Amino acid sequence: MSNESSAKLSRRQFITGAAAAVAGLTVAPGVFLLKPADAASPNSDKPRWGLLIDTSKCADGCTACVRACHEENGVRSLGRPKTDAQWIRKVNLTDQASGHEHSLPVMCQHCEHPPCVDVCPTKASFIRPDGIVLVDKHTCIGCRYCMMACPYKARSFIHEPLTDQKPHAPRGKGTVESCTLCVHKVDRGDGTTACAEACNRDGHGAMVFGDLNDPDSEISQRLKQYGSTAIRADLRLNPGVRYQGI
Amino acid sequence: MSQTTIKTHFREIEGRSPLYLALLGGLLVLVGLGLLAAFMKGTYGHHITGMNNQVVWGLPHIFAILLIVAASGALNAASFASVFGRVVYKPLARVSALLAMTLLIGGLVILVLDLGRPDRLIVAMTHYNFKSIFAWNIFLYTGFLAIVAVYLWFMMEKRMNRYVPVAGYAAFLWRLILTTGTGSIFGFLVAREAYDAAILAPLFIAMSFSLGMAVFILVTLASFLGTGRPLGDLVLRRMKNLLGIFVAGVLYFVLVYHLTNLYATRLHGIEAFVLLHGGIYTFLFWFVQILIGSLIPLLLLFHPVWSQSRKVIAAASGLVLVGGFAQLYVIVVGGQAYPLELFPGYDMSSAFFDGVVAGYTPSLVEWMLGIGGTGFAFLLFAIALKFLRFLPTSLADDKVDPHAAGVSTATRPATAGA
Repeated sequence: MSNESSAKLSRRQFITGAAAAVAGLTVAPGVFLLKPADAASPNSDKPRWGLLIDTSKCADGCTACVRACHEENGVRSLGRPKTDAQWIRKVNLTDQASGHEHSLPVMCQHCEHPPCVDVCPTKASFIRPDGIVLVDKHTCIGCRYCMMACPYKARSFIHEPLTDQKPHAPRGKGTVESCTLCVHKVDRGDGTTACAEACNRDGHGAMVFGDLNDPDSEISQRLKQYGSTAIRADLRLNPGVRYQGI
Repeated sequence: MSQTTIKTHFREIEGRSPLYLALLGGLLVLVGLGLLAAFMKGTYGHHITGMNNQVVWGLPHIFAILLIVAASGALNAASFASVFGRVVYKPLARVSALLAMTLLIGGLVILVLDLGRPDRLIVAMTHYNFKSIFAWNIFLYTGFLAIVAVYLWFMMEKRMNRYVPVAGYAAFLWRLILTTGTGSIFGFLVAREAYDAAILAPLFIAMSFSLGMAVFILVTLASFLGTGRPLGDLVLRRMKNLLGIFVAGVLYFVLVYHLTNLYATRLHGIEAFVLLHGGIYTFLFWFVQILIGSLIPLLLLFHPVWSQSRKVIAAASGLVLVGGFAQLYVIVVGGQAYPLELFPGYDMSSAFFDGVVAGYTPSLVEWMLGIGGTGFAFLLFAIALKFLRFLPTSLADDKVDPHAAGVSTATRPATAGA
């Protein structure tokens, strides 16, 4: 074998070519990252469903929302806490400076720019035009990259075969799932979610479900009057779940 | 540069010796263990592994990434021969390209079998989200296999020899992009403090050079020793010097990664976790990755007397791989074990293990899957050597460099040149 043709390639030519090619081929696809999300934008005619959680009303030790969510969607413990799915969880917080304690529910935040949707290789993670982030169980390959990408640890992987599923909340071994914002209730016009219903039923009224794009909705009115906080606001994901009191 | 072209002869290995058959048998057992693990996981689900909803990527991913990154680096010898015109590596170019392909296949097999739904591979090949670095990687991996296959064909088919430099250049570029993609799997994760750093891409490129070279040195030593073919010191000395430089390169990127993290106050938590009080992760970082996997190999590879020994070079290569494994363990598992910080300034607890370091113990099934994929990579490699002419009949010094004939190895300085 001769190496004459390769020897003609100077080191400078090589480095220049390699750098240009690597930069071109790695940066160019980045334009895809600038594609806007499909969620309805503020003040659009389309609804954008969201939740407002007033942490000052969220009772310490109360798990009514968690129980209601899991009952509604057929999420059961299999006795292995580390691999059990959790669509919603109560998080206890203690202010490191003052020692002030409170608790609040955390679930899928239904971001306008969801990292789980960005990283999903097969588009199984997707965002509906009304802002609800879901997983298509038919195209999820179970790679768990969305779980790595979610800043809220809101997703669960199904580690074992399941039985007794609810028809409106299909789940499957080897796929990822998370809070659907009770999409089946939203689509049939209930106007609320199981967690918000349970919270109201127990008299706390800490959760308000509604259309963030409707200026007359209760959630929009309260957001306008009192403001709100997004968890990990620094990531600018514009979540549909908002908090007051943190 | 005056160079005399030396005709290299390639020949299939005989493949009838008890040693070879024992090797194949052993590798088949490993592959069987991997298949058994995949079957068990498919039947019972992932709960039989140590992975959970906190640490979602575990040991199989470490094996897979190690193989994929090493695959890119296994192409070093071919790249130096075809792209940089280093004649000394030319006889090893074929076997280097072959090893690159088989290692990548082994790594991908592990990844696929660890999917929650490996039966949906066709979905992954037909539904693409081009915002996902994973989707890009599917093209990068299959593209790598295709380009290196063509490159090998050009090398092995005399009529196509003149196109070898072009194919070699394409393969070299592709491997850089491929490893950029692998590092970016983590670099694109904004959610986790251990990731979300662009430097992970060049770090993975550096790791590919060192881990790939380490595997290649071991495979070269084993192939020539096992087949009784002469292997001179010239090419081995060059490879071990390069390995040392690559190990130092990885250390440099590790240093920059941690220094930049330490400069950002918000990342002090994860840095303290890895560097000071992360338990197994701190141990793996300092003792295995840095000491055993980097500093000791550097000492062995550059020591004027010790580095003359092939056993020392082999030991150093092995330690580099052990260090690389530990490094990936710290990155992949350690990065997930450190709790997500949802509420800065607050202590956090929940029934979903918020605010605490996530527990993870690799299960036997995960070891079997990882080892099975690794066995598959080497099984393909060993079988390929028997059927096609990948391996040169001799790498004696006078066969790789005409000027080396008659020059004692003791008087030849250990240069770092490639």
